[in-house]
Amino acid sequence: MGRTLAEKVWDDHVVRRAEGEPDLLFIDLHLLHEVTSPQAFDGLRQNGRQVRRLDLTIATEDHNTPTLDIDKPIADPVSRVQLETLRKNCADFGVRLHPLGDVEQGVVHVVGPQLGLTQPGTTVVCGDSHTSTHGAFGALAFGIGTSQVEHVLATQTLPLARPRTMAITVEGELPADVTAKDLILAVIARIGTGGGQGYILEYRGSAIEKLSMEARMTICNMSIEAGARAGMIAPDQVTFDYLRGRDHAPEGAEWDAAVEYWRTLRTDDDAVFDAEVFIDAAELAPFVTWGTNPGQGAPLSTHIPDPASYEDASERLAAEKALEYMGLTAGQALRDIRVDTVFVGSCTNGRIEDLRSAASILDGRKVADGVRMLVVPGSVRVALQAVEEGLDKVFTGAGAEWRHAGCSMCLGMNPDQLAPGERSASTSNRNFEGRQGKGGRTHLVSPQVAAATAVLGHLASPADLSDTRTPVEA
Amino acid sequence: MDAFTTHTGRAVPLRRSNVDTDQIIPAHWLKKVTRDGFEDGLFEAWRKDPDFVLNRPERQGASVLVAGPDFGTGSSREHAVWALQNFGFRAVISSRFADIFRGNSLKNGLLTVVLEQRVVDRLWELTEAHPTAAVTVDLEARQVRAEGPDGATVTADFELDENARWRLLNGLDDIGLTLKNEAAIAAYEASRPSFKPRTIAV
Ligand code: SF4
Repeated sequence: MGRTLAEKVWDDHVVRRAEGEPDLLFIDLHLLHEVTSPQAFDGLRQNGRQVRRLDLTIATEDHNTPTLDIDKPIADPVSRVQLETLRKNCADFGVRLHPLGDVEQGVVHVVGPQLGLTQPGTTVVCGDSHTSTHGAFGALAFGIGTSQVEHVLATQTLPLARPRTMAITVEGELPADVTAKDLILAVIARIGTGGGQGYILEYRGSAIEKLSMEARMTICNMSIEAGARAGMIAPDQVTFDYLRGRDHAPEGAEWDAAVEYWRTLRTDDDAVFDAEVFIDAAELAPFVTWGTNPGQGAPLSTHIPDPASYEDASERLAAEKALEYMGLTAGQALRDIRVDTVFVGSCTNGRIEDLRSAASILDGRKVADGVRMLVVPGSVRVALQAVEEGLDKVFTGAGAEWRHAGCSMCLGMNPDQLAPGERSASTSNRNFEGRQGKGGRTHLVSPQVAAATAVLGHLASPADLSDTRTPVEA
Repeated sequence: MDAFTTHTGRAVPLRRSNVDTDQIIPAHWLKKVTRDGFEDGLFEAWRKDPDFVLNRPERQGASVLVAGPDFGTGSSREHAVWALQNFGFRAVISSRFADIFRGNSLKNGLLTVVLEQRVVDRLWELTEAHPTAAVTVDLEARQVRAEGPDGATVTADFELDENARWRLLNGLDDIGLTLKNEAAIAAYEASRPSFKPRTIAV
């Protein structure tokens, strides 16, 4: 019987297999950041262990870093200690680090792909659940805890039980205004935040094949929000074109050998998935969340559902609690929800294409009075590219704030936070209670919806914007 | 890791589903560089409410958390496990755990027990009616037993794969176990294709 993409990559990394035990898998790339690594390095020290493969390990600073005044000492002493700890650990053990101020610094899941380190058929891990992002390249990529970070540092392997596989097949054409973000939010609403649990998802079908690498990353990024360990997309010409010429992509004969292998990384026709979901791309629409988990979402043109309409008691309770926290009522039109803040950024939607599409909507328009809009590029490279294209001027011209690269308001570990009761439209991936700041209320949206929302001051899609552009003087 | 064989303690019934790791330990706590001192951050936002179940006087000293489905979703932060342990929890019962959270908990000796929701419902009822009820989580027998003062009982078997159980019962260090396979790791490394990416030249 044939094998799925995930099974092929898995099999190619088995170091040891024994009856009744988890497989021991080799890890090709280990990404580190300041938050989940300090206790792992401590463990190495306590046991007198070294980093086994420095050449497969790389670190950057992202979660804690400020997005303003980055040349000044970090104001928050606790954040500063954590960043200094990463710097010391990397220096002591010899790990390559891109600290704040470095041109390769940025959100770990933006940095790996742009350096060309994320490649098809590799295993990628990081102490961060959105490591699933790298699956867009046909890599088997998943988030791990700090004990596992220590395990990979010491052994370059992980003992893992083989997950099941689920196909998410999306056929057809995405309507105009419908983005990868809308697609994945709709998938999560459909299968639920636990629906992918125990599975590796493979996104496939004609609608997926037509997507750019950046859009594919947006989709794989949010696999974890459906509870899945990882999400994958089979590598194809789009993938190879993205990789070619990047810093760490193979060259010459090595490139040819790599591509030959990468072409084998497709689910065989006779392979069987443990579960399958089918989605008609043409039926999708701009999608936003109204609740406090990423599964609580609906098309922008609809209304907040009535919790009483849920059959499952715990879902009903969760919806009631979510509406109470969000300060919303059943039946309210989603378009009527006013926001205070708009955040464009994160490892979900902080890449250059995301900034381009937000900028194209803001161009010649203004952020609504009373709305604060933050644009935070996913990495320094993305920021430089945006500046080269003049996008920063479009954002500041519209009244948005153009910030330095990092995780920023995605999780509010740095000073970029929502105040209690404040409401945001955010291109990030989690709308959990307090995620963007204590008491903050988050609506997850695409970059296009974020930009349109900033202009109108309420949740909106670009189609709602017909006459808000100031004519350019000739 | 501390071994886990069997534990008996009082329970905290937490009637919430989808308790994500941002609720278990909010992000601003993640700046600490140690594995301890997270107890005050556990469920920080909810604990501001004096009526929150963890704040109730009758729950002080309880060590078994009985939670709703999809416990531990979201972030990979192991700090969520440390916070529960620092607070004094030894075991968490739910009908469904997020994968990464479950892996993290078992690596730290926090036993996560999966029971059907109807059993969790009965445990909630029993421990809400009788806060002093003793709940035993017995890994050797793979069984949860709860008994109230009025003689009401809940007994349920649970599953845990044999390998994870063995490591927990013996408190084994995963890294030490893996390093016994040094020869296999070295052999795998020697056979890796040369086109695989490297972060630095060696
Ligand atoms: S941008 Fe957000 S989701 Fe991505 S790594 Fe940073 S905090 Fe995590």
